[in-house]
Order: sequence, then structure tokens, then C-alpha cells
Amino acid sequence: MPPIAPRSGDAIFASTERVNAELFTLTYGAVVRQLLTDLEEVDEVNKQLDQMGYNIGIRLIDEFLAKSNVSRCVDFKETAEVIAKVGLKMFLGVTASVTNWDAEGTTCSLVLEDNPLVDFVELPDTCQGLYYCNILSGVIRGSLEMVSMKTEVTWIRDMLRGDDAFELQVKLLKQVPEVYPYKDDE
Amino acid sequence: MIGVGKIKQYSNVLDKPVSKGKQEVSLMDNIAELERRLEDAGYTVGARVLELLCHREKGNRRETRLLGILSFVHSTVWKVLFGKVADSLEKGTEHEDEYMISERELLVNRFISIPKDMGTFNCGAFVAGIVRGVLDSAGFPAVVTAHFVPIEGLLRPRTTILIKFAEEVLRREARLG
Repeated sequence: MPPIAPRSGDAIFASTERVNAELFTLTYGAVVRQLLTDLEEVDEVNKQLDQMGYNIGIRLIDEFLAKSNVSRCVDFKETAEVIAKVGLKMFLGVTASVTNWDAEGTTCSLVLEDNPLVDFVELPDTCQGLYYCNILSGVIRGSLEMVSMKTEVTWIRDMLRGDDAFELQVKLLKQVPEVYPYKDDE
Repeated sequence: MIGVGKIKQYSNVLDKPVSKGKQEVSLMDNIAELERRLEDAGYTVGARVLELLCHREKGNRRETRLLGILSFVHSTVWKVLFGKVADSLEKGTEHEDEYMISERELLVNRFISIPKDMGTFNCGAFVAGIVRGVLDSAGFPAVVTAHFVPIEGLLRPRTTILIKFAEEVLRREARLG
């Protein structure tokens, strides 16, 4: 019998090594500022953050699977719950709630009340188009892609833009069947 | 046929207008440049850390003396950022204006292995930048660099953050007595 998947990441979060959230926040801020100086265009920065997140995600999923004891999710609903309750808790120390399911069960929203990335952050007038936390959407997209799910992740609400919470919409585009890199007769 | 669909087509390289030669390529493979950028990123973190910690831990006061600010970096800053006091704080033996903070296993160097062709590159440049940001914002301008120092009997070298204060800092310190 496979081990029972934990319903919360609290225990894993408590047992893994952590780093001061302020160092993390300020460092992330330094990265975003550097990107803004280098790329100048806010849209380009959004794209770059997403790409960086993607690159993190495709590696982070290994760490997640190794430490979390989560077995295969039966459907996308379970996947979303695991991200919200285990994944986010494990790496970011916060949890999200999953809401706004559509009828087909392929689109949902992750709502974050608390987000350590944005402590001390205010968007200046010139950067209103910036999705400051775009790295998160990239991470989720990247890690889901490594477990055969093509997704589209977009920000619906952003506290830095005056909303009351952070809302990430995760839309399942398709499940990619696993392709093995080798054939039997080779 | 391949390439037929293109709008602009030059049959010969000589038919092309010659470029102005102003195009530039990134020099990010330059190690010093990479370290400088890491340091700059750290600097902005350091400036904010100083402000935050002075407000939170010291009731909006900050150190004005050399040794005071050094031990503030070595203990308070380190403790908040990395969860522990730095392994050691020493004064340079050869130069009066040099101080060193050493760390056996610096957070940013933990999972890093430097490719051979990158020579002396040290990710600790980021932490050096943080230290410089703290010192500079507190009124102690300094040049801060990170170095690997091999230790006998240990597999991995430790990281030493070398702080070289500006002349004016030492002059002021001497005047204060």
C-alpha cells in the first residue's frame, strides 16, 4: 500500500531547513529591480520572471516528490489541493485555498491571503503593469509540466494592485501522456 | 525552395549594407562583471536590512563606531539573515583598515560548485554586497570582497568576506579616539 499522502505540508515545512523570509523577500526584490533596470519594459520583466519560475519549477518538482511522500493524484482537483496545502506550505510557508472551479473541473483559482514575496513592496506608478509575483505562476506551470500537465497560470487578483488577496488562476490545457525516451527493442 | 519566401534577399554578402560596427554583445561571461552584479544586488538588500534592523532591534539608533558596526554585522545582521552568528570576525594582520568575517559554510555557497573555467568566481559576492550595503548606508564606506580560503582537514574551503574601509572612516575613527 502506498503511503498516505499528507494533507498538509506543516510537518515537512517544520522539518526542512529554512531561511529568514526577509532575506528571501529582499533578495527577490533585488532580482526584480535588476530585471527592471536591465530590460526596461515591464512586459519583458513579466516574461522573464515567468521563465525564471518555470526553470525553478521543473527542478523543484523533484524536491517536492522526494520529500512530500505524495503519490499520484487521481484528478486535477486533487492536484490543485496538493499544490495549495502541501506544495506552497513546503516551500513558501503559506497555504492557499482552492476555489472558483469551473464546470469541467479544469480551471480553478488558488487564493493566497498571505504572500511573503511582497513584504515591504509597493509598486511605483511606472510599474503598474508589473506582475511582481510572476515567478510563482512560472513555478507552478513548470512543475506541473514535469508531471504531464500542460497548464496556463494567470494572475486574477494582486494585492499590489489594490485587490484584497492574491488569486492565481490555474487552467489545465491538456494531460500529456508520458513518453519514454527509449523503445523496448533498442 | 528554401529561403525563397523571404522579402529581403541578398545574393551576396557584398550586396548587404555594411553594419555600423556598433552592435554589442553581452559580456556576462566576464567573471568580474558577474560578481559586480551579484554585489550590486546584495547592496540593495543590505541597505534595507540596516534600516529594518535599526528600527526593529535598536530603537531607531545605529552604531557610529567602527567596532560597533562590525559586531553589528557579525552578530545581529548575520543572526537575522542566516540564523546564526558568523563563525569569526578578525582584524587583518597586514593592514590596519582590513577586517574579515569568515563563515565555514556560507548559505549562498552551499550548493554551488564553480566550474573550472570560472576561476576565482565566488557567489559570496552577493553576501559581500549585503555587507557593503549595510556599512555604506551606516556611513562606513568600504570595499568588500568574498574569497575562498582553503582549510586544512576540511573538504570545502571556507568563505571569507574581506572588508577594506575607506580612508576617511579610519581618520574619523582616530579622531573620535
